[in-house]
Amino acid sequence: MKNLLKFKSSNIMLVAVLALIILVSGCAAGGEKDKQNVSGEESYKIGAVIDISGNSSSLGVPERDTLQMLVENLNAGGGINGHPVELTILDNKSDETEAVLAAKTLIEQDVLAVLGCASSGPSMAMINTLQKEKVPMISMAAASSIVEPVEERHWVFKTAQSDIVTVSNIISYLKENGLTKVAFLYMNNAYGDGGKKAFLTAARENNVEVVVEEKFEASDKDMTAQLTRVKSSPAQATVVWAIPPSASILTKNYRDLGIAALLIHSHGVGNQKFIDLAQGAADGVILPIGKLTVVEQIPDDDPQKKVLQSYIDDYTKKYNMLPDSFGGYAWDAFHLVVKAIEKAGPDRGAIRDELENTREFVGVSGVFNMSPRDHNGLDKESMVMVRIENGKWKLLD
Amino acid sequence: MSDQLLQLLFAGLTLGSIYALIALALVTTFNLTGVLNLAQGEFVAIGALLAISIYAAGLPMAAAFILAVFLVAMLGGLLERTAIHTARQASGLTLIIITIGLAISLRGLALLVWGTETYSLPAFSGGGPLFIRGAAVTPQSLWVFGLVAVTLAVLYFFFEHTYWGKAVKASMVNRTAARLVGINPNTVSLLAFITSGALGAAAGIFIAPITMTTYDMGFMLGVKGFVAAVIGGLGNVGGAVLGGLLLGILESYSAGLISSGSKDAIAIIILLAVLLMRPGGLIGAIGQRKV
Repeated sequence: MKNLLKFKSSNIMLVAVLALIILVSGCAAGGEKDKQNVSGEESYKIGAVIDISGNSSSLGVPERDTLQMLVENLNAGGGINGHPVELTILDNKSDETEAVLAAKTLIEQDVLAVLGCASSGPSMAMINTLQKEKVPMISMAAASSIVEPVEERHWVFKTAQSDIVTVSNIISYLKENGLTKVAFLYMNNAYGDGGKKAFLTAARENNVEVVVEEKFEASDKDMTAQLTRVKSSPAQATVVWAIPPSASILTKNYRDLGIAALLIHSHGVGNQKFIDLAQGAADGVILPIGKLTVVEQIPDDDPQKKVLQSYIDDYTKKYNMLPDSFGGYAWDAFHLVVKAIEKAGPDRGAIRDELENTREFVGVSGVFNMSPRDHNGLDKESMVMVRIENGKWKLLD
Repeated sequence: MSDQLLQLLFAGLTLGSIYALIALALVTTFNLTGVLNLAQGEFVAIGALLAISIYAAGLPMAAAFILAVFLVAMLGGLLERTAIHTARQASGLTLIIITIGLAISLRGLALLVWGTETYSLPAFSGGGPLFIRGAAVTPQSLWVFGLVAVTLAVLYFFFEHTYWGKAVKASMVNRTAARLVGINPNTVSLLAFITSGALGAAAGIFIAPITMTTYDMGFMLGVKGFVAAVIGGLGNVGGAVLGGLLLGILESYSAGLISSGSKDAIAIIILLAVLLMRPGGLIGAIGQRKV
């Protein structure tokens, strides 16, 4: 009996410690709200669902920071037509189910539109819920399938360059450099699958032969086995569809194996974290990316130059660090929806129509031209090819 | 083609050594206390994260290593005193469940302290990879091989050739008899957890430059280490290393020669096959050996 009691008390202690930890971590990772109540006119509510914690947090955190900065600036300048904007940012923990629950919470709060998510999987998950309730949604993720087929995505828009846009830049680069045999490696998730589908189709159409096709898990710690196949293949270049940290591990393995073929990544590695984690191995990597990272290298007459510079100045002043392309996707989403509300007023249907009619909007990720056929609105010109040199992004030709 | 096979072998040996280190710590604790510590993977993660933080704070690598190993060893001792020692009369299954609870708590703690970001340590020694007949081996892999060899040698020497080693092994086989000849199993249990904390942290720091580190990396490593230990035979130090290397090499060959999706399935199939045909593991448990 004494033993039983002893065991019980230790067990209770354990359960208590556990409950405490779950509770505390739940609070820490829970909803982050940024309510701006300026007196006067009735406020306009906008919601955002972002991958602030979890696997995709390296994408989500700069997006949250950008949105918080933008809504502060907007309200300081008088809001939309005199109405202050109330922005609620919820964390989806990089998880599909959490994303849908967050979207439902926002709908209950009568938001005019929902921004998010940072990654493709959770974005896809929210689509049905928001379409059913007729709420405009602007995703900041890459997969083309978020806005296609466009007939079934009446209420859905997105600001990140679609994988088709990225692929066409990579294919052009391959053709210009006479590289016809490539290896293709991708992450086994929504982002990797989207890239694979787009790349394999484009490669077939452009007579680029894919000699090796390999996948890996986002949690894998070593890709040497997959890369060994690449090394013994006749591939002249390797195209990789992944985000850090696995993109960084793969890059390190690639250099360690001494593979001679050129290494090309997707825009999923467009942040400093990728370079830092790869520890020098990233040098020589080529990728298509938005113009933000190489703003001082693009010509002065580029239509985006002024927008990019002002985003960099604002962000650097507030957070004391450089913004990345993911924050840029949030900048575009926020401005698109604010502009639409400005014209349409607090009416979801009218806001959607305004979004679809966006023409020549100069944003961070490119010049947007939406239409009933295209809910992304970015073309090949929205990206440039860069090479990483000494840990810095360098514009190619 | 033989280049490719050799390269896969090296990749497998690196992965396998990582599993072997965790299996070694698991087996040591099990040998001395009869407790299967499923929080072992968390010791690995926390050790690596601590070392990275200390190194980032400006201390030299060697100091960061020693300090992190020391802190995690103390953590191991603390957990043994608070959670394991108080429940020492409970059944083996209850103790395993307690270690699962510890694993979840430690992961939560790591999440609070370090967040979800990925961290990495620079490699211990500079220079590019070595090429052996066209296949590359990184210097860091050699460090990991070295740690496995040293750990195995020290544990083997301790258990087989020292008075104390034999004594603690005796205390596992028969607690009452050990007490009668003056060995305190409670002290042995405490020392076992301190050792496994230190061993786990050292493993984490050695592999951090290769695998990078996140707060939740311990779970998968713990599972793989457990599978390795079971393949080798749960009570056996040599078996843990053999099991780990075998698992790593098989994973590497199945990813490289069959398909990358197959490697985790292969690990489970091998585990089941070993359990069905040789329930005691490839080498066998301590109970079958003469002490």
